[in-house]
Amino acid sequence: MSSDAISARGDLRLTRITKSYGDFKAVDDLTLTIPKGSFFALLGPSGCGKTTTLRMVAGLEEPTVGSIHLGDTDITTTRPYQRPINTVFQNYALFPHLTIFENIAFGLRRRGIKDVKEQVDKVLNLVELPHLAGRKPTQLSGGQQQRIALARAIVNRPALLLLDEPLGALDLKLRRQMQIELKWIQREVGLTFVHVTHDQEEAMTMADTIAVMNEGKIEQMGSPADLYDNPETAFVANFLGQSNLIKGKIDGNDGDNLIVDLFGQKISMPKKRSHAVDTSLYAGIRPEKFRISLLGTAVKGNTLTGGRIEDVSYIGVSTQYVVAMPWGQELMVFEQNDDGVPPFDKGDEVLISWEPSFTFGLRGDEDIEAGTEVNPEELEGE
Amino acid sequence: MTLPKVRVPYLLLLPGFAFLFTFFILPIINLAQTSTQTPVKGGDTGQYEQTFAFGNYITAFTENKEQFARSFIFATFSTVLALAIAYPLAYAIAFKAGKFKNILLVLVVAPFFTSFLLRTIAWKQILGEEGFVVPGLRSLHIISQQTTLTSTSFAVVAGMTYNFLPFMTLPLYASLERIDPRTIEAAGDLYANGITAFRRVTVPLSMPGVVAGTLLTFIPAAGDYVNAAILGSPTSKMVGNVIESRYFKIVDYPTAAALSFTLMAAILILVTLYIRKAGTEELV
Repeated sequence: MSSDAISARGDLRLTRITKSYGDFKAVDDLTLTIPKGSFFALLGPSGCGKTTTLRMVAGLEEPTVGSIHLGDTDITTTRPYQRPINTVFQNYALFPHLTIFENIAFGLRRRGIKDVKEQVDKVLNLVELPHLAGRKPTQLSGGQQQRIALARAIVNRPALLLLDEPLGALDLKLRRQMQIELKWIQREVGLTFVHVTHDQEEAMTMADTIAVMNEGKIEQMGSPADLYDNPETAFVANFLGQSNLIKGKIDGNDGDNLIVDLFGQKISMPKKRSHAVDTSLYAGIRPEKFRISLLGTAVKGNTLTGGRIEDVSYIGVSTQYVVAMPWGQELMVFEQNDDGVPPFDKGDEVLISWEPSFTFGLRGDEDIEAGTEVNPEELEGE
Repeated sequence: MTLPKVRVPYLLLLPGFAFLFTFFILPIINLAQTSTQTPVKGGDTGQYEQTFAFGNYITAFTENKEQFARSFIFATFSTVLALAIAYPLAYAIAFKAGKFKNILLVLVVAPFFTSFLLRTIAWKQILGEEGFVVPGLRSLHIISQQTTLTSTSFAVVAGMTYNFLPFMTLPLYASLERIDPRTIEAAGDLYANGITAFRRVTVPLSMPGVVAGTLLTFIPAAGDYVNAAILGSPTSKMVGNVIESRYFKIVDYPTAAALSFTLMAAILILVTLYIRKAGTEELV
């Protein structure tokens, strides 16, 4: 089996994987298929099990229950060095005693590949650092080390490249640049990338498919736009961007739409965007989907009246408002500063409106705070 | 009171310099002077005068070539043995001990709670007829019924290995403990099996500890005389024993001083060559 494993290719399939540490289940009955050639992101807060999942795929941990397949080959218990999988480690884990050239050549030499020099030069050119071949890792900046760590992995042309929070140690500007670069490199080399991150913006920028993980399970999986526009759980709604979740009751049907009662005001939303199981539901609307108008203005779509501007933050491209509603809830509203209309003032009486099709519906028994903050206790084990 | 800032570092260095000057530089100068003296004609035992007799060095060395050679052979053996014992030990403490790490480290330095002399004398008991080692080895037919272990070269090397083991273990532990376990994981990820990862990553990264540990063992071992005096026999004497007896028994100060200088020079040359070979780069 082990000699076959190294040449295995194809989709990565995790089947009913559980990883327990004593009573704690880091990963809980997880089933997942990552198609060959995709840029896949595992997104979640610290302690959600995403790093454990990655380490099981790399072979650094063994699942307590379940199996891992690469194509048709079972690699569940294959040793790391016998898997056609390479990892870009969180702190790069470059070999400090070897030159950059030897760091990159390490995997090639272990497999007895002949044209080491040629391949290392090629990948150094790909990451645009050919002049650093003779240096030691400590002489490089963080961004350069990051690229070398990537080069050291992709030079082996693995069936699967794992990236464990690869940009976590870089500053914001460099991180943005590397995100674009990583995406470009992935297309260039055509390898399957599995990217683990807690940064939702990073996952959305790079991945074609994102699996949002929470407490060892996958909450929802889909394209970045799917997850953002139509989250299925409060956790996803809050972890990816911000959401206004308003408690309501389904009050009837109108063709393909549901009529929902929000504290006495009726709104409508598409049936297929509701994930409610009974008549109780949370209506979810993203802050930038809301429009604010002064009381008495005629508006289209769903409307909620009785709002009062509680706080105004002007941040350049947009203005962020906090609007207090009659039932005591405060709603977030982002307005683009693109129409020359001066911002509203604190204390203005306003109504809020939005396009009904932007509404998503969550189960009425959800914890609407889920995913809004990270519990420090969950940081352990990551 | 305010002091000009530039003077502060010098003032702080002053006690150290004064100490080194009084107890290291001056005695060394004194020793150098003694090494070229000859006995006063018609004088008492122990009366010497300065005659710049550099021939003392040649006589001292040629008369004690055998002991010099033995010193370096014994020191080499005990250094290699200590490395062989300390490396797995330090590795286990650094990577495998978990919550027992601190207890094990205390156990490594625990021998220092008793005097060096007492511990060496204890080895005489351990290796003696009434100890458990000799009867044990005899019953297993590893040594013959007549063989004894005390007063042998084996006992001297064993004693030195034991006595210098903590000096080998601690620097090794320090450098192994500093290795990011992820670099070893990375080696596995890059197609290196356990043995290759150890050879290509762990060993090179622990070289500073190996160099420091071997120096801290080899240098004192080469100059040691206590182990040879307590555990050895007249045929396993080391240079240290000769210097000791020249000073305190024969009162031949010039020869003792010349031997001391020769020993120091030999160690210095060997250590320099060794560091060159091991690569100073690895030490940083």
